[in-house]
Order: sequence, then structure tokens, then C-alpha cells
Amino acid sequence: MSGIPHDHYKPRAGFEKWLHSRLPIVGLLYDTLMIPTPKNLNWMWIWGIVLTFCLALQIVTGVVLAMHYTPNTKLAFASVEHIMRDVNGGYMLRYLHANGASLFFFAVYLHIFRGLYYGSYKAPREVTWIIGMLIYLLMMGTAFMGYVLPWGQMSFWGATVITGLFGAIPGIGPDIQTWLLGGPAVENATLNRFFSLHYLLPFVIAGLVAVHIWAFHTTGNNNPTGVEVRRGSKEEAAKDTVPFWPYYVIKDLFALAVILAVFFAIVGFMPNFLGEPDNYIEANPLMTPAHIVPEWYFLPFYAILRAFTSDVWIVQIAHFVSFGIIDAKFFGVIAMFGAILVMALAPWLDTSSVRSGKYRPSFRWWFWILVVDFLVLMWAGSQSPDALGGWMPAISLLASAYWFFYFLILLPLLGVFERPDPLPATIEADFDAHYPAADLAEPAE
Amino acid sequence: MIRKIVLTTALSVLALAAPFALTASETGNVALSATETSHADAQAAADQNAGGHAQSHVTDVAFPFEGPFGVYDRNQLQRGLQVYTEVCSACHGLKYVPIRTLGDKGGPELPAKQVRAYAANLAPVDDPETGESRDRKASDFFPKSSDPQAPDLSLMAKARKGFSGPYGLGVNQLIHGIGGPEYIYSILTGYTGKTKEQAGKTFYQNRTFPGGWIAMPPPLQKGQVEFADGSPNDVPHMAKDVAAFLMWTAEPKLDSRKKTGFLAVIFLGILATLLYLTNKKLWAPIKRKQTRL
Repeated sequence: MSGIPHDHYKPRAGFEKWLHSRLPIVGLLYDTLMIPTPKNLNWMWIWGIVLTFCLALQIVTGVVLAMHYTPNTKLAFASVEHIMRDVNGGYMLRYLHANGASLFFFAVYLHIFRGLYYGSYKAPREVTWIIGMLIYLLMMGTAFMGYVLPWGQMSFWGATVITGLFGAIPGIGPDIQTWLLGGPAVENATLNRFFSLHYLLPFVIAGLVAVHIWAFHTTGNNNPTGVEVRRGSKEEAAKDTVPFWPYYVIKDLFALAVILAVFFAIVGFMPNFLGEPDNYIEANPLMTPAHIVPEWYFLPFYAILRAFTSDVWIVQIAHFVSFGIIDAKFFGVIAMFGAILVMALAPWLDTSSVRSGKYRPSFRWWFWILVVDFLVLMWAGSQSPDALGGWMPAISLLASAYWFFYFLILLPLLGVFERPDPLPATIEADFDAHYPAADLAEPAE
Repeated sequence: MIRKIVLTTALSVLALAAPFALTASETGNVALSATETSHADAQAAADQNAGGHAQSHVTDVAFPFEGPFGVYDRNQLQRGLQVYTEVCSACHGLKYVPIRTLGDKGGPELPAKQVRAYAANLAPVDDPETGESRDRKASDFFPKSSDPQAPDLSLMAKARKGFSGPYGLGVNQLIHGIGGPEYIYSILTGYTGKTKEQAGKTFYQNRTFPGGWIAMPPPLQKGQVEFADGSPNDVPHMAKDVAAFLMWTAEPKLDSRKKTGFLAVIFLGILATLLYLTNKKLWAPIKRKQTRL
């Protein structure tokens, strides 16, 4: 692997040499595990391992759940109850799987915002970022289809609303919607294909995760200073880094254990806290629930989708300019996908030469407003439009506007106008500032 | 008493689970004192908390299965089963609940003989193999609702929420729980006595039901069910017992789930401690610190 210079695997014994000349798999594992990693990584660099664990957890619990689940509209709901009541440990499998999705998204949001703050998306890590965004999109697709499988009220009506988004595309929309659903409405064909894709996509994600790791192992990790590891020689690189094994493996496992303790407390003591009670009612196409609310991890983008109603001037302009092709519904769909697109384009929108938000005094403020903005959107997405004395649509619109303002206007302009703080010369210098070499005189243990 | 000791020990040992354990145990105590005072007081308190939400006239009831260490009270479940059998089952069904689970550990724990007798007393079933009508067996499910307008109650305690505030954030569920059984209790005790006719049907005013008017006539009357153990059989007590029973039909594995969760948290707590110490020692030379291990 290119990148930071370090010692590579050398086969010693006879069998090692024999295998290495035929399949250098031990070398690949060795280089992956021993990769030099900046020694100043903080606790926000643990989410990768949490996410990897989540993917494994979801696949393992999901494969077993699929053994007991029946993808048929007449049997699906009852088969989930069969899992909850009759399958050995089935209730635990299902609660782990359902809450595992929440942990997955919790971790991915922290992982993404870590990247946004420390400028991990900037050159040369754009490809890592883009692949990450693809993984995130696939996660959303997988989670959405998985939520349909229990065939509760929210499953059914959520599927109806979300596939309806594609129906809003002018011209070909209704055909796309029919193609997605396998019929004119959400029905057995829909449930079957969603089950099939829900089983398939996690393995696509697993493949992309491998590429994601490959990409950042090529460029090397970013770090809280955003200053690159020195690569002049092995010795120089070793001053800025420690090998991933054992230093970060143990640190990450510790963090994982703490997070899992909280996770298991939620699964054990309040497994339905994050769920919607309506999904314990079997799907009924003739009865629409009072509020159709997606799971919490979709709420920010659901809020953006609903924010652009037909009375908003920008929607009216779009409607006028496009000769009526873009109506409010389609505009909302564009805005929702656009919100993710502008995030994916961050590497090219951010003009600052400084990576880390630590050394960008104005950027820091705008970034934290973005975090609050995201939480406000999440809350707005869960509320009915007439909540809060009818102020909800205005709040959603303002919060949505800030999301686009941050990526499309602030990131390009800040790089030009902002005067960044001085950067540390090297990672080693930054690390030594935290851990001064005061007691070097004492013998090392 | 023993549960309290376990609880306090666990709290001191488990820094990690503390937020959850704490909120849940406090809930139990607060709610307990609420029901020890009169029912009307609790209702008034709930009304005060309601804050204008149509669905939030829900009384917080102290159920024995609340909190991280709460388990079902077998006697309460048996009383609830009796209320369900003698009152609710006239219209409502429990089609997802296998009758045999009445004998399961952590549930009403009826003896096998009683379970079989209970099954035989229910409406006959069409045999899934032969299609012919026969007596219900313990391996069959409870009958489904006999009145098509009456919803199935198997999962009702998980299909409703009692609490959702403040501002729809649902944070108060961390204190009160999600509130499904409380919702059921509040519906059953929430009738005001007023009725109205609409489209040829009678509706009954109810403080808890969304919209305020429910099609179900007040199902419980004082003294309607005679409990073998002589437990009080006024409306609030019967409502509480049947709400607990319906929580069990919705979540029969609650006891073992909490046990598993507790063991997992203990195990992970120990693992995290060991990994913390390992990590500290491992990094000490890099950070040029003296380790005290």
C-alpha cells in the first residue's frame, strides 16, 4: 500500500513464504492492521469501529431473523410476533436489530459531523468522503425497507409516503413509483422486493466499507490538527504516528464497550423508546394513522422535504420558471436529496486551505450552528405542521435554509475571508504540547 | 426489600447504567406515592401535566413491571386475566397470544391443568389441518375479536403511548415510561358519564380517548368481577389489573429481557473497565506518563 512509509510484512517460515508467493493475504492483513495512525486522534475517531460493529451486528441478527420471518402481507405481522414469542431469544434478536439501526445512525451522524468539523473531506480524502456518502445513502435505503418488513401501520404508510416521493417526479414519476412498488400501491409485491433488497444491500454496504477503508488507508487518517503526517522517511513518520495495532485497537474497543453498555441498557430496559407505537398495529390500507412519522434518523431530511410548501417564494419562482413542471411536492423532493448532495459536495465547496475547524475561528461558530440546525430539523420533522401555534413550517423552512446556506454560501466564502489561527508545525509538536516531556529524566518502564 | 438492596448495589457499581436505572427507579417511587394517595388526586395531577394535548390525560400508574428491575406480579396478571375473560373478551380478542403461554414463567403462571381447562372453555376453533370445528387446545391462540369494531388487544399496551412531551420530544418517557398500560388504565377509568348520538351510534365521553368521544361503552362497573383472593374490585383496581395483563400479552418476555440486559450491562461494564486500564497502560509510554499499575 502506498501512503505513509512503514515496515511491511516479511514472510519468515517456509509455509509463510509458500503462501505469500501465491496469495499475499497475510501481508494485506498485516499492513491493514499495522497502518501508521496519527498519535493525536481524539475520541471522535472511535465511530468507525462502532459503525463496523453495527454492520456486523445487523447482518448477524438479520440473517437469523430472516430464518423466522415470512415476507407475505397476510403473514408478516404474525411472523414477527412469532419471533417475539416463540423463537428462542427471538425478542432479543429483534430488539437488537431494531435498536441496532438506531445505534448505526447515531454513530454515522457523529462520524459525518466529525468529518465536517475536522475537514476530513478535503483533498486528498474526497474519495473516502464520497464513498462514505454512498454508504450513508444505502444505509437509509436499507433502514427504510427494513422498517416496512414488520408490516405495521407505520411500515405501510411510511412506504406509501416515501415511494410517493418518486411519484412526484414530473413525467416519468408515476411509472417509477409503480416500478418500485411492483404494482399500483404498496402490497405483497412491494413487501417481497423490499425484503429481498433489505437482505442484499447490507452486503453492498460491506463492500463499500472495504473500499472506504482502502481509500483512507491510502491517504492516511486525518487527525484533529488536520496537519499531514510527515512522510520523508520511516523514522520521520514514526514520530507522528503509532501503529493501529495495538494502540488504536485497544482504545477503540474500550470506547465500543462503553457505547455497547449504554446500548444494551436501552435494549434491555426500554427497547421501544425509539420506536413508534403505531407500528404495533397491523397494516391497514383503509385506515391512515393520525401522524405519519418516520424513524428519528430520517427526521431532519423529512423536515426539509416538508418545509418547501407552495406558499414559499422560492417554490413559486421555481414553479414559474419551469412553466409549472416543478410543483411544491417535487421541489420538496429535490430539496431533500439536494440536502444530501450539497453535503457530498463539501470537498469542492469548502475553499479553505486549513482542514481542521480547530484553527478556523469563524468556521467553528457556523459549524456549531449547523449542529443545532440539524437537531432543530430532527425535532421539526417529528411535529405536525400545526404544532407550536402554527410556527412549525416557518421553523422548518428557516432551518432548511440554513443547511443550504452553510454548504453553498458559507463554506466557499469563509475560505476567502477567514483568517485562520496558526497551525502546529507537526503532529508530534501538537502531541508534545498536550503531553509535555517533563518527566523524561525518569527511566521509562 | 431484597430488590431494593440489589438496586442500590447495582446503582453504585454501575456508573454506566446509572442514568437509566436512576430515572426508572425514581419513576417507580414517585408513581407509587401517587397511587397510594387517592385515585382522584393522581387524575388531577395527570390533568395538570397534560398541557393541552388531546391525548395526554393519562394517569401515571405504578406498575410492578416498571423500571430496570421491575417484573410482572403473577397474582395481578391472574386477576387481569379474569377481568379480560369475564369482561373484555365479550368483544375483544387476543389473536397473537398462544393460550399455552398462560403457563409460562414470568407470566400468569397458571398450572398446566388450568391452562387446558381455560382453553377448553373458550369458543371452539376451526382446526387448521382438517378445517373442522373442535374445542380449543392450549396450543391454539386466543380467539380473535368477536365484534369487528373492537380492536385486537394482544399488542394494545405497546401500540399506544401515554406520554410524549415536552413539545413532542418524548423526553418524559424516560421518566414515566412510554405509557401504553397507563393509557389503557386511563381509558377504562376516564369515562365522564356523558353520551351523544351521532349517525345512529352512541358515543361515550372519555377524558383520555383522542377526540374525547369513544364508541366503547364503559366496560367496568364497581364489583363486576369477584376475585378469588378478595382483592379490591372497584373500577380503578380492575382497570389496573387488566392493563397489567395486557402489558404481559404485548410483552411476555419482559422479565427475561431485563435480565439479559442487566447481565449484558454488567459484563460490558467489567470489560470496559479492563479495557480502560489496558489502554491507559498501553499509552503511558507514548504519552510519557508514569503508570501506577
